Amino acid sequence: MPQLSGPTDPAADARWPDLRPRKGFFTDTSICIGCKACEVACKEWNRNPQDGNLELLGSSYDNSGALGASTWRHVAFIEQEHDRIEEARDSGRTLIDLGMPRFGPPAADDTSQSERTPPAASPIPAAAGGQAPVLDTPEFRWLISSDVCKHCTHAGCLDVCPTGALFRTEFGTVVVQADVCNGCGTCVAACPFGVVERRRDGTVAPKTERAQQTERAGPGAERPAPKAEVPNLGVAQKCTLCYDRLLDDQVPACAQTCPTTSIKFGDRADMVALAKERVAQLHAQGRTEARLYGANENDGVGGTGSVFLLLDEPEVYGLPPDPRVPTADLPRMFKRAGLAAAGMAAAAVLAFAGGRS
Amino acid sequence: MTTSEFDSLRPPDPPGRGKRQGRRRRRPRREGGDGSREMPMVPEPEFTSYYGRPVVKAPPWGHEIAAYLFLGGVAGGSAVLGAGAQLTGRDALRRNCRLAAITAISVGGAALVKDLGRPERFLNMLRVIKLTSPMSLGSWVLTAFSAGAGVAAAAEVDRLTGERLPLGPLRRVLRAVEGPAGLEAAALGPALAVYTAVLLADTAAPAWNEARDELPFVFVSSASLASAGLAMVTTPVAETGPARRLAVMGVIGDLVATRVMRQRMDPLVAETLHTGRPGTLLRLSEALAVAGGIGTLLGGRRRGVAVAAGLSLVAASALTRFGVFEAGIHSAEDPRYTIEPQKRRLAARRAAGIADDSITTAG
Repeated sequence: MPQLSGPTDPAADARWPDLRPRKGFFTDTSICIGCKACEVACKEWNRNPQDGNLELLGSSYDNSGALGASTWRHVAFIEQEHDRIEEARDSGRTLIDLGMPRFGPPAADDTSQSERTPPAASPIPAAAGGQAPVLDTPEFRWLISSDVCKHCTHAGCLDVCPTGALFRTEFGTVVVQADVCNGCGTCVAACPFGVVERRRDGTVAPKTERAQQTERAGPGAERPAPKAEVPNLGVAQKCTLCYDRLLDDQVPACAQTCPTTSIKFGDRADMVALAKERVAQLHAQGRTEARLYGANENDGVGGTGSVFLLLDEPEVYGLPPDPRVPTADLPRMFKRAGLAAAGMAAAAVLAFAGGRS
Repeated sequence: MTTSEFDSLRPPDPPGRGKRQGRRRRRPRREGGDGSREMPMVPEPEFTSYYGRPVVKAPPWGHEIAAYLFLGGVAGGSAVLGAGAQLTGRDALRRNCRLAAITAISVGGAALVKDLGRPERFLNMLRVIKLTSPMSLGSWVLTAFSAGAGVAAAAEVDRLTGERLPLGPLRRVLRAVEGPAGLEAAALGPALAVYTAVLLADTAAPAWNEARDELPFVFVSSASLASAGLAMVTTPVAETGPARRLAVMGVIGDLVATRVMRQRMDPLVAETLHTGRPGTLLRLSEALAVAGGIGTLLGGRRRGVAVAAGLSLVAASALTRFGVFEAGIHSAEDPRYTIEPQKRRLAARRAAGIADDSITTAG
């Protein structure tokens, strides 16, 4: 069985002969303006069909709701007032005080700390624990974050796929082969981030039904829905990190279109270094709420290809606070299952050996 | 915010609506004493999510999958019982168990194919053998099991119809291989009954993933009591002694494993197993299993009681599978079951001094 958890190079594990540097995103949510150009560019390039009925969800400016089969970039909007901003700053300060990713209490042992700390993560300046920074809107803020597939080092979706439709590319990313997938749906359940989804026509059907009802009700009652053709129906769909574009040395559509460079694309190692630099910069400004998500290769999924800079706890953005790839526990599960199966066989033997009736 | 003399005429904001909809606060507000903000009367629980939307996605599985969990267990258990009958010369039990196994696995397999997003591609399941995919391994187990169970059942059908199947010289081959085929199916029976537990546990659905250590034991127990119960329904009491003993062992295993499972799970996630519809199904299942077990023990030698007890056991197993299935789907749909246990385990690790394995880092 291949390596199921811990730090590793996933493309090398997949035994690619012509290995390329692992690619990834760094999504800096502190400079996202919520224009949703990434959502649009992604839809257009990947020809993803309409998701939902163009209804307003009543969740700030977010009307796409979540990542899904036809929404591979999703911009989240969270409105926060003064006390929540303070809470986020407090929780970020706690995180800094924890000295992560260093071990033990921060004051423990300076030499071991400097050995463990990568050079990019310079010690947090004293300002981090000190006075609050001057923000343009201290009473209110919008958290805006463009979410995307994490392209995990240990991808639950890829591990459990029974057909081999999901595969690891030479760039270390995870891609579905739509012509192989038979839509079993296991990957949907196995993703700890809720990214991959089976594409169904259910999202489009109500619209056409509604359009038919409108025809019956008379003209002008409601805008009739355009009948869109839905490709790859019934199979799992998710972000490919624009595999087709990567093969032509192009930048993924979302990163290419992002007007504020909130979505950065490049070699994953460079992205992590950039992220660490940026978070240190924000901390130096006293913005202790800034933190990285996915940059730690010791986490439950072995680090993610898509790294995020967040300004609050991950669950505020709809991200899991401590994701763990389910397959990491698979050897133990198989052992337990083997034990249970042996127990069943033993019970049957006992049942037949137990008497003469 | 503007203030004007007309403010007093404005209707009050409905509580919990507006831009805060779906988000629960982690702490009661500190300010609000000046009356400019709403003051919550009850401190809300420590839980934050993104507009109450799920963090993980529930699998797109319908009740066909729950039915397969049940039928796969019945098939696996029946093949085991059938092989025992074959080796101990219980002809009626052997015949009925073999027919039960092939019927259950045929209906179950059809349910699986129907639930695929692209049913016409079901053979893609056999494109690869993948050790990290319980569904891949399960597909191979299912295929190999069906081959053995099919051959064994074909021999029984041939005998039942007075050798009228147009087999010609193949009849002698069939007679020669039916014994080994029955044993092959029986060897794979427990694996068929248990792999679905690993398949469910190897997901991010909290109720299934949290139950990963005990779910295999629940599933093999459930499969044992269901197949034994079915044998008690179909077969005269003279030959069902082993089935009765297996049924009682299955009931005991089921009750114990379910209890241990609930106790070892995160208490919040365990809630999904004893509340709502899954809770009702599992309570009913437990009652039927106990009734069937007692009926088997006390009146299993009387045909009428045996049939009633057998039916009760079969129903108990089906309810267990539907209950566990629905609990998992429900646990994925409510972000609370994903976020809270994860926060707890992260905090526990940090309290224990492990601070280097969080996905969230300060730098």
